[in-house]
Amino acid sequence: MKGKPLVSIVSAGLSKFGKLEGLYAREIFAEAAKEAFDRCPNLNPKKDIQALFVGHMGESYEHQGHTGATMADWAGLLHIPATRVEAACSSSGAALRAGIYALLSGLCDVVMVGGVEKMTHRTTPEVTEYLAMASDYPFEQWHGITFPGLFALMATAHMHKYGTTEKQMAMVAVKNHYHGSLNPKAHMQKEVTLETALSSRVIAWPLKLYDCSLITDGASCLILTKPDLAKKYTDTPIHIIGSGQASDTIGIYEREQFTSLTAAKLAAKKAYEMANVKPEDISVAEVHDCFTIAEIIAYEDLGFCKPGEGGRLAENGETKLGGRIPVNTSGGLKAKGHPVGATGTAQAYEIYLQLTGQAEKRQVKDAEIGLTHNVGGSGATATVHIYRRD
Amino acid sequence: MSEQTPFTIEQFYKFMLQGKFMGGKCKKCGKTHLPPRPLCDDCFSNEFEWVELPKNGKLLTYTIIHVAPPQFQGMAPYAVGIVQLENGIKIPGMIKGVALEKIKVGMPLTLDYGTCDATQPWPQWPRYYFKPA
Repeated sequence: MKGKPLVSIVSAGLSKFGKLEGLYAREIFAEAAKEAFDRCPNLNPKKDIQALFVGHMGESYEHQGHTGATMADWAGLLHIPATRVEAACSSSGAALRAGIYALLSGLCDVVMVGGVEKMTHRTTPEVTEYLAMASDYPFEQWHGITFPGLFALMATAHMHKYGTTEKQMAMVAVKNHYHGSLNPKAHMQKEVTLETALSSRVIAWPLKLYDCSLITDGASCLILTKPDLAKKYTDTPIHIIGSGQASDTIGIYEREQFTSLTAAKLAAKKAYEMANVKPEDISVAEVHDCFTIAEIIAYEDLGFCKPGEGGRLAENGETKLGGRIPVNTSGGLKAKGHPVGATGTAQAYEIYLQLTGQAEKRQVKDAEIGLTHNVGGSGATATVHIYRRD
Repeated sequence: MSEQTPFTIEQFYKFMLQGKFMGGKCKKCGKTHLPPRPLCDDCFSNEFEWVELPKNGKLLTYTIIHVAPPQFQGMAPYAVGIVQLENGIKIPGMIKGVALEKIKVGMPLTLDYGTCDATQPWPQWPRYYFKPA
């Protein structure tokens, strides 16, 4: 048996992802909470849930901060302690970590962790500006480097060092759109061709529109408990057996190199050691494909292939459903969508479905061990979690 | 150089008005910081001296920004990159004075001062950029 359970997931919820017109973040979070409560009839939410940790990146979108208490209220969980966790696009990966801290400290027996973001009512330039707030202000933002621009800097470096191609990056988009076409909750549920992806308009060369994840509304949540209490709530808990988080410089220019994310490598090393598993043990993974190059770098940082071979892994179809290690079966940030604060626990939701055999058309056969990789900003935060069946 | 001058990001930009490209050097361990910091992240000293940084370097990586935030939309498409200076320190900046398609990883660049078209309410610090050496 691999890895001692740290905590156990007894339920999970995900709102529809997409352009959710006329809804506030709190209303979307309530939709995710409702699914998690319905999936777990043995749970009495008001009596059992003792704390909420909720990932949320930006108060600019809705002119609304103080997200912890707001989401607790709209999930029907007043008056529990409720805290917003912010780590840019890794906010709910970090919220999940906070939930693990709360359970392992002994302060709580059952917690809810989750995340939410409402973005699509803003214009693209506004969203571009808000997302850029996750990067360094006085040197990066101030010199006109956008958020796609940061990952474009990594893409250029990766192409120069390893010969990675624009076609290989586009193959990641084609794969994730195929997976998204199988996910009824994905923002984009249609396949794209390689030609469409390659000929889309340039956003930050070498990245084009189809190299970029979507601006999406959505919410996600998990109910966590101590492993010895899990069977009280469900016959099919999923155990978290490894958890790693690390930080790096806010400015990418200060880092040693631009072809991998040190924080992600450190978080992965910690999670693999804790879980006592190796990269080849992973049945299915959800990785942070905010841009296609980020998924290619994730393969390398997580040890799914050697440094420099990530592009070929995508090109050869090894990470597609039916391949050696299916990655982003949900459609990923690219096709399922990327409501930034919701993404970390939305990745965990997909792994929960896969490991409990509920992923329907996109089910990975006999999936036993799953992994999530959630990156904040250009890599100043990374969280990696490893999961297994009971 | 006055050592009472604060070792801040704002002061780094203020030096540009005098045509100076300055970093903060830790008096205890000798590490040069760009941007200058109030606390050395290696040895935790807070005693620094200003040192002039080399203006020449080579381009490590770059991108051409086509979709810009509102403050920079009038300039797009424009090039930004990360330059490694002759002393090894890295710094990001715009690349001007060269056709966008002629920009190559490894090309020698040199720092110059200037303005850009970014509009309020961003701070109106002086700016630097890179051009072919």
